[in-house]
Amino acid sequence: MKENITATLPSRIVVTRPAINILMTVTILCILAGIAGGIYAQVIGHDHAFANTREMPWGMLIGVYAYFAIISTGLCLLAAISHLFGGNNLAPLANRMVWLSIISLLGAFLVIGLEIENPWRMPLGVLLHPNLTSNIWWMGTLYGLAVGIMLIEFYLILSRRFALALILGVAGAVAETLANSNLGSVFASINARPFWYGSQLPIFFLACAFLSGAAAVVMFTHYSHVLARKQMTPTVFSGMQTAGKVMILMIFLISIANAWKFANAYTGNEEMILTADALVHGPLATSFWVFEIAIGLVLPFALMIATRLNSVQAMSTAALMVLVGQFFSRFNMVVSGQIVPQYYGYNELPLYLSYLPTAAEFLLVIGGIGLVGFGFLAGERLFPSVFSTDRDH
Amino acid sequence: MRIDDLQQLKSESPETLPSAERRKFLKMGLVVTGVYLSGTVLSLTSVRDAHAEDVVPEVGKYPYGPHYSMVIREKLCIDCERCKEACVKTNSVPVYGFRTTILEKRRAIANGEHETIFMPVLCNQCNRPPCVRVCPTTATWKDKKTGIVMMNSARCIGCKTCMTACPYNARYFKEETRAVDKCDFCWESRLSKGEKTTACAEACPADVRVFGDLADTKSRVFELLHSPETMIWVLRPEAGALPNVYYVNV
Repeated sequence: MKENITATLPSRIVVTRPAINILMTVTILCILAGIAGGIYAQVIGHDHAFANTREMPWGMLIGVYAYFAIISTGLCLLAAISHLFGGNNLAPLANRMVWLSIISLLGAFLVIGLEIENPWRMPLGVLLHPNLTSNIWWMGTLYGLAVGIMLIEFYLILSRRFALALILGVAGAVAETLANSNLGSVFASINARPFWYGSQLPIFFLACAFLSGAAAVVMFTHYSHVLARKQMTPTVFSGMQTAGKVMILMIFLISIANAWKFANAYTGNEEMILTADALVHGPLATSFWVFEIAIGLVLPFALMIATRLNSVQAMSTAALMVLVGQFFSRFNMVVSGQIVPQYYGYNELPLYLSYLPTAAEFLLVIGGIGLVGFGFLAGERLFPSVFSTDRDH
Repeated sequence: MRIDDLQQLKSESPETLPSAERRKFLKMGLVVTGVYLSGTVLSLTSVRDAHAEDVVPEVGKYPYGPHYSMVIREKLCIDCERCKEACVKTNSVPVYGFRTTILEKRRAIANGEHETIFMPVLCNQCNRPPCVRVCPTTATWKDKKTGIVMMNSARCIGCKTCMTACPYNARYFKEETRAVDKCDFCWESRLSKGEKTTACAEACPADVRVFGDLADTKSRVFELLHSPETMIWVLRPEAGALPNVYYVNV
């Protein structure tokens, strides 16, 4: 009898609620775990809670912040491009991309807010005592601006004021692009760390943004259909294929950038060579070859080429692999840049500094992932019609 | 507004936008980009005009007055660590940190023997300090008068970018003040109170650390750095930070 009743109702509402409820509870627990990790670190001191040291002040959490921020930039840019130029295949996915971009950035903010020592000094500090020569200042300000702009943009999309939303979409994308570039320059302008230093990193970050953004929208669009047990429309599938093509192109470009990065490092100074060695056959080799290169670039590329972008499952799996790979890519970049001791050769210092993230650091990562997951689920629950292809874009 | 009214509204979706309108948006995007960029490029400018023809600035062209600097007469260091003790005591340095330390390196010399080189290190009070450039809240700055790189603990958000940017590992996070701490040539603890030298220089029994005003041509630091046939070097010159701590072997 019950089945008869439910069959007459829209299947999405009936079938998905329990699944979404369970997943939302899990993600809330993840967020709470992250916040608990942050509080724990504040109480016992970051020097005890995190594995960072004087010699290696930045670790996994800076990488995770960059990871979420870069995903956000990619989503925002792809959304703005598809909205702006209209009539393209990605447009049906654009509203979800705006929402995911906002929540990815909030995930980044959660992680960095719990990572830095005195987050309460930040809001007033950056306003009252700004340092215009600081990339961190520009990055924070522009990302803060971007999230504000995108929230208004999303509200305008909800209220169907598309012309104004489009303007804000462009402004948000510009803010995100420059924030992303400044994030790249946070590392790239530090002369003291030769492996980071150089003009390539900001553009590399932008390429990673397009890759991660495309991967995120492919994966989350697929998951939203799985959750809603809804058949994918040809329009959405076509949009996913376009995102798949973006992924393939970006994997190609990033692979070239990686190859020259290492060729360049091996013609550089001793510290550059030692750092490249750390990734190629040193302490970071597994993280680099297995996760960043094989899982993050080679396998998804092969999977998408082999299936000719005709399988949703294959594209979604490739997207998940890309996102895992990008996570490790950020980790490897942050750690490798500091892994050679600055006074190497003195005090019988080890060739490489050791860094193994602590439980508290992992908790913060779980918190960030939880927030993004919660945001995704909340979006699917609150705005399913805005994300569906039946609407104008 | 009623649903019936909403349905009467003209669609504003991108599909209905004429290309002139799209071009207008693109142009506006470029203008906004320009505005952002003009601010962003500021981050590429150096903190202060400083040049690097040589490790020691040309006579008479010292950016600061007094231009505080330190000369380390490296070969005289015997690693007694009295400088470290004096620094800890004077500047309340916790056990897990240091403002100055002594690094050592063993190297082979003739006849199968070895020697140990001791190298005192501290903040180089750089003329082009990377730490100052990167701090988002100006919690660290180069003092316009003395050239000392100062810290205001109350402004430090603990992002540790300055620690990452320092080529000399001269900074550490001090839990007690919840801020990054570093050598300030004893400005807070001594110089601002009328003392003439740093605690480490005063404590050194081997006269390794010589502190003074490089702009004063009669000072010892000036004499040491301008003696004939003297080899002078700084640490990690390739980092381009233009240090004010010089090393000599006389």
